[in-house]
Amino acid sequence: MVRWQKKAVAAVAAVALAAALAACSSSGGKQSEQSSGGSGGNVADTPRMKVALITHSGAGDTFWDIVRRGAEAAAKKDNIELQYSADPDGAAQANLVQTAIDSKVDGIAVTLNKPDAVIPNVKKAIAAGIPVTILNGGLDQWKTTGALGYFGQDERIAGQATGEKLKQLGAKKVLCVIHEQGNVSLEARCQGIKDKLPTTENVNVNGTDQPGTQATLTSKLQQDKTADYVVALNAGIALTAVQAAKDAGSSAKIGSFDMSKEMAKAVADGTVQFAVDQQPYLQGYLAIDAIWLYKTNGNTIGGGEATLTGPAFIDKSNIAAVQKFAEAGTR
Amino acid sequence: MASTITSPASADDRVSARSLGARLLSRPEIGSLVGAAVILVFFLIAAPPFREINNTGTILYQAALIGVMAVPVSLLMIGGEFDLSAGVAVTTSGLTAGLFAYQFSVNVWVGVIVALALSLAIGTFNGWLLMRTGLPSFLVTLGTFFILQGLNIAVTRLASGAVASNSISDMDGFSAAKALFASEFKLGGVTIKIIVVWWIVFVAIAAWVLLKTQIGNWIFAVGGDAAAARAVGVPVRKVKIGLFMTVGFFAWFTGMQLLFVQNGVVQSGEGVGKEFLYIIAAVVGGCLLTGGYGSVVGGAIGALIFGMVQLGVVYAGWNPDWFKAFLGVMLLLATIVNLVVKNKAEAR
Repeated sequence: MVRWQKKAVAAVAAVALAAALAACSSSGGKQSEQSSGGSGGNVADTPRMKVALITHSGAGDTFWDIVRRGAEAAAKKDNIELQYSADPDGAAQANLVQTAIDSKVDGIAVTLNKPDAVIPNVKKAIAAGIPVTILNGGLDQWKTTGALGYFGQDERIAGQATGEKLKQLGAKKVLCVIHEQGNVSLEARCQGIKDKLPTTENVNVNGTDQPGTQATLTSKLQQDKTADYVVALNAGIALTAVQAAKDAGSSAKIGSFDMSKEMAKAVADGTVQFAVDQQPYLQGYLAIDAIWLYKTNGNTIGGGEATLTGPAFIDKSNIAAVQKFAEAGTR
Repeated sequence: MASTITSPASADDRVSARSLGARLLSRPEIGSLVGAAVILVFFLIAAPPFREINNTGTILYQAALIGVMAVPVSLLMIGGEFDLSAGVAVTTSGLTAGLFAYQFSVNVWVGVIVALALSLAIGTFNGWLLMRTGLPSFLVTLGTFFILQGLNIAVTRLASGAVASNSISDMDGFSAAKALFASEFKLGGVTIKIIVVWWIVFVAIAAWVLLKTQIGNWIFAVGGDAAAARAVGVPVRKVKIGLFMTVGFFAWFTGMQLLFVQNGVVQSGEGVGKEFLYIIAAVVGGCLLTGGYGSVVGGAIGALIFGMVQLGVVYAGWNPDWFKAFLGVMLLLATIVNLVVKNKAEAR
């Protein structure tokens, strides 16, 4: 490194440090964070097991973080060592299932949102005697694989329920925001809404580009003045939509799928009208616990049928009961 | 220094006294300017809301989101290098500021300054490693890209226990920082986001540096032929490291815009793929992929084309299934117009 650059870096670091010492924030920050007191609880005395949870999540997605927390809670209680892995690419996710088979895990919990790519390896795992549970996606296909059970929501039904809700709220023209073009679950939700409200129109945005999403939604609301409701399919996009409606000078109201800390706040203060919760924590928890119950007691949750974890509507009337858990990142 | 410019347009527009028209036509950005005009006219006809002056603010905002980073990326490309880490470096900067301020409960501005130091350090590291190893910048910054992507998620989870940074919107200094990086104001009925103003300022400064200063000459020289430049006394190493640090600075600025525009929360997975948009803007704007030729204004026009097309498709109300396809066709159209105009200009 050249000397002047060294000096520059040192100077900036020194200024930052000096400022840090002198500039404590009087509000917010970690200092005001409440410790949420973890529960001790007992751990099962069944033999130690190794279970893989394999999802199609992209990296750094809050929704999947909650799924993982649920799975970890169940694993901790059940004396299970949880191996989490994820890849949004279908073939790569299938390969992760193969890796789990190779490392001789005692069970696999997997999402089937890219069913064609992943199912062959799921069948391989079951043929190798490894019990498999399906979560989140794959409602139409999971039975054909011979899996133990399914934990998730029927996206089309969730969409239809949302459409009904929107009708009750007096919505005339809904914009359904798809943040991952070509994702089967997201398309099914919008289709469900459209079943009940035929005027519904889809909008595509790039979910990993928040400012770009905001500009796209703003322009859509500027273009379509009749839109009176925007339904986002995840919490982050919904909060972006709130800002976009403000920017566009639109009076459109916002509805959303999924829950998060920020979403709970937005529902409580009325900036978002409702959130359709599919309880990701429960999906992760049950998918792991089902394997333990099967291994230790031969049980099957759902008795051969899918176990639906949603849709549950969260709005101003019941947010109080949920907010505390959303704050802790488990809802 | 002009002799080191190895562009196909070998005419030197700095010393010759040609007519204004000829000088204009030999500028690297002229093709993209015509391309932008074609796209503009197209959408003015195809998309009624495009004609409303109030919506101009939204289009400029979309362009500025790419355009700010297209400034240093254009400079870097003229200097003969790439930076694949530019997209996630923006997220790194936003996360650093948010996490630092939150975890240590300090004034938001402290986090902002720490993020600046880190962003400049990342740029310095890229440039230093490049000069030290002699590896292509493609490989060096690909490494940084993965390192930053992993650190973004891992460090965020370690610090905040989740995959997004904690909200700093209720902390001291937030509103002042938001005013600087992510506020908006009305100008004759049009809502203008402040990043648009910053973008114009940055483009003006960078264009001036590139065209009117010795540093600008050096940038062209190292991009054209680094060995020849070194032989005539250009500090190649300093220039290249400086260019990567410039990318770092702008990544910091864009990261701050990201942090403050979304109420002090940054998702750790963001930014992947954005590096290509910056490069696309520079290339559409007439920067050569091989270095030594291009302009900052061109990069800005490239970003404007991208923004207009992206929102034009929405304003036109076309079926969203076709969105990406429309986008691709329009970009190809713009680049072809760009190419035709440039060839015509060179034939003169």
